[in-house]
Amino acid sequence: MFEFLLKRIASILPTLVVVSMLIFGLQQLLPGDPAKILAGEEQDPTVVAYLRAKLHLDEPLPVRYGYWIGGVLQGDLGESVRTQQPVLTLVLQKLPVTLELALLAMTIALLIGIPAGIVSAVGRGTAWDTAANVLALWGISTPNFWLGILMIMLFSVQLGWLPASGYVSPFEDLGANLAAMIMPAFVLGNAIAAVLMRHTRSAMLQVMSADYVRTARAKGLSERVVVLKHALRNALTPIITLGALELGTLLSGAVLTEQVFTIPGFGKLIVDAVFNRDYAVVQGVVLVTATTYIVLNLLADLAYFAANPRLRH
Amino acid sequence: MMKKSLAAALLVAGLAHAQTLPNLRVGLAEDPDVLDPTLARSFVGRLVFSALCDKLVDVDDKLAIVPQLAQSYEWSADSKALTMKIRPGVTFHDGEKLDAAAVKFNLDRHKTMPGSNRRGELGPVASIDVVDPMTVRLNLSAPFTPLLAILSDRAGMMVSPKAAQAAGDKFGLKPVCSGAFKFVERVAQDRITLERYDGYWNKAAINFAKVTYTPIPDATVRLANLKSGQLDFIERVASSDVEKLEIEKKFKVSRITEIGYQGITINIGKSDKAQQNPLGRDPRVREAFELALDRQGLAQVVMDNEAKIGNQWVAPSNAYYAKNMPLPKRDVEKARALLKAAGVPNPSFTLVAPTTSDAQRIALVIQAMTRDAGFDVKIQSAEFATSLNMADKGDFDAYVLAWSGRPDPDGNLYSFHGCKQPLNYAGYCSADTDKLLDQSRAERDPAKRKKLFEQIAAQILKERPVIYLYHRNWLWAYNPKLSGVREIPDGLLRISGLKLAP
Repeated sequence: MFEFLLKRIASILPTLVVVSMLIFGLQQLLPGDPAKILAGEEQDPTVVAYLRAKLHLDEPLPVRYGYWIGGVLQGDLGESVRTQQPVLTLVLQKLPVTLELALLAMTIALLIGIPAGIVSAVGRGTAWDTAANVLALWGISTPNFWLGILMIMLFSVQLGWLPASGYVSPFEDLGANLAAMIMPAFVLGNAIAAVLMRHTRSAMLQVMSADYVRTARAKGLSERVVVLKHALRNALTPIITLGALELGTLLSGAVLTEQVFTIPGFGKLIVDAVFNRDYAVVQGVVLVTATTYIVLNLLADLAYFAANPRLRH
Repeated sequence: MMKKSLAAALLVAGLAHAQTLPNLRVGLAEDPDVLDPTLARSFVGRLVFSALCDKLVDVDDKLAIVPQLAQSYEWSADSKALTMKIRPGVTFHDGEKLDAAAVKFNLDRHKTMPGSNRRGELGPVASIDVVDPMTVRLNLSAPFTPLLAILSDRAGMMVSPKAAQAAGDKFGLKPVCSGAFKFVERVAQDRITLERYDGYWNKAAINFAKVTYTPIPDATVRLANLKSGQLDFIERVASSDVEKLEIEKKFKVSRITEIGYQGITINIGKSDKAQQNPLGRDPRVREAFELALDRQGLAQVVMDNEAKIGNQWVAPSNAYYAKNMPLPKRDVEKARALLKAAGVPNPSFTLVAPTTSDAQRIALVIQAMTRDAGFDVKIQSAEFATSLNMADKGDFDAYVLAWSGRPDPDGNLYSFHGCKQPLNYAGYCSADTDKLLDQSRAERDPAKRKKLFEQIAAQILKERPVIYLYHRNWLWAYNPKLSGVREIPDGLLRISGLKLAP
């Protein structure tokens, strides 16, 4: 097991190097001259020339990569050309916000998705199954931004229970933080819950027909023990993989929800940076997201061992 | 003793006043760029600057120049020097004094700082003299009437020399100006917080303790925040929401005709492509194209009528609108006849439209309208950065482009129609027009200047490098308890004089 883990950890470094090259290289494919976009409405030629020199745009690609990766290795992700703020500061400002949103959304997704999947598998063909499937269909087919705007209209404008948008740090005011986060977390969690439910259902159905489950039943174990201890544990492996991937996606993919609820998170940061051709910000944020993604996958591997003892040997 | 207790009582009263002042919460349509007046590039940043950084002069609701940090100004007889008297007793947010030396420092900074976006605007300013501690003289290389209007924007904003020298090119992270509010903090894409500056020269007109600017790009969400009471004021309300807001009467609405415009830029000489297409090649085809347009219909479909139609770089209500070139009416028959005379009854060209919803709608409506006259318009959608690149390279036939506008007509005109100017995407170049443009910059008499603009309009509108469509309304919605909202055509909210009733 430890050998496997060491191998996994050792593979992270080359992965990150390749990822950093991809981030840098792919970004160059974006059409449009970043210096011209950043020069604003006036398009003053001296400003364009200044920005081009500042961003090293006239130098060959490998040299520019060298400038960037050299800074990154020293902990300097560069600065936003648009606002002058250091990218590291921006990342540190946004990462906790997005992490909180992602974790809350994931908690909601797990609380809805897994129980619904189990109920649907165990009660296959019953009204429970149909209800869970309808729930999943609703979750998958509801666009995030639409659900978000409807929730704002209902809970903020009509009822006045929750703030329409914005973000308050939990260290400033936990109540206000949760009030601001509950709607976006639900909107995001709702969609993932649907996917989790479908996967839990199919994994459970597969496991429930396995021989060892029949053996467990034959031993006279209660249905609860059979389902939760014997079946679910084995069904969890694909669900953990999916959960880790979904969590990773949430880090950068919550952009529409962040936009609707004006949550100053990663998604909003990166989309704005791409449209403004603020290269340093795009590179910094994608690198951090990719690193987090890789770490989450490593954690998922660890979780397999916890969930499935057979893998330990 | 008596004096002391009186002073203490006044201090307590002052503090109590400051504590009871409400906060103002403003919803912006975008996140501003860098908060350094020298480097700033975005329109939305100017909204924040209007509370943060005072300018040498300001404009009023008729776009006339009014004093701000400069109490008075005087042109030399040859229009080559502008002398300004600085308002006494003004301090920056760090307590430093604003005097002639500080003004010189700022204008020099605008002119020399690497990456300065003000350098071009202040190009004709050759040198700045400190005449006496409170008088400054701007010496020009050539007469330049638009200078005052330029000084009513970011080029006229004064920052603390001490803070600017200490912070270098990082000044925008913590700007120190002399406006009614001082900078507290900025969380990118979340908020910019400003706090009342007690040393402000006109503090009696300031009725808020704090101002918070929150960028909310989605107009529906911005409005929802106003409706749920989280914001007091929002800018750029969606035109489709205005009618309902006015019927409901729960919020006040302001509509101000912008100083900018929406237009179609046509490649008539930017690249070889101009000659490859009848639209770029033949002025008759461009005239036919304009005659095929129903501007009012366009404004109705695209802007829900929240725009004033126009055919020039300034709106028909502007004092410098050239009345000799009135708005043409749609005339499909004449358009067809012109196309026939040009030998291209069914000209085809590509219209590049940025992916914003307004530009896309404009392109679709134009496509439908001009089909009646025989045009075959192909729409090419391109994300803004890409479209700008295409325009710059001359890789387009026609391009949907808007301009946010400047208070003086020169700011909407010179860079777009002067030969080889940076914003001249059409590639229009005429020695006669250039001469007239230079004369309009040198002339200070408004009546004579108007005549020059009429001649310029006659030249440019005949060639049609840009077909002007309309001037959008700045749409604001705000808490009905908010009073003193001044509707100034530059679209910037002035906080001085604003009041929020309890």
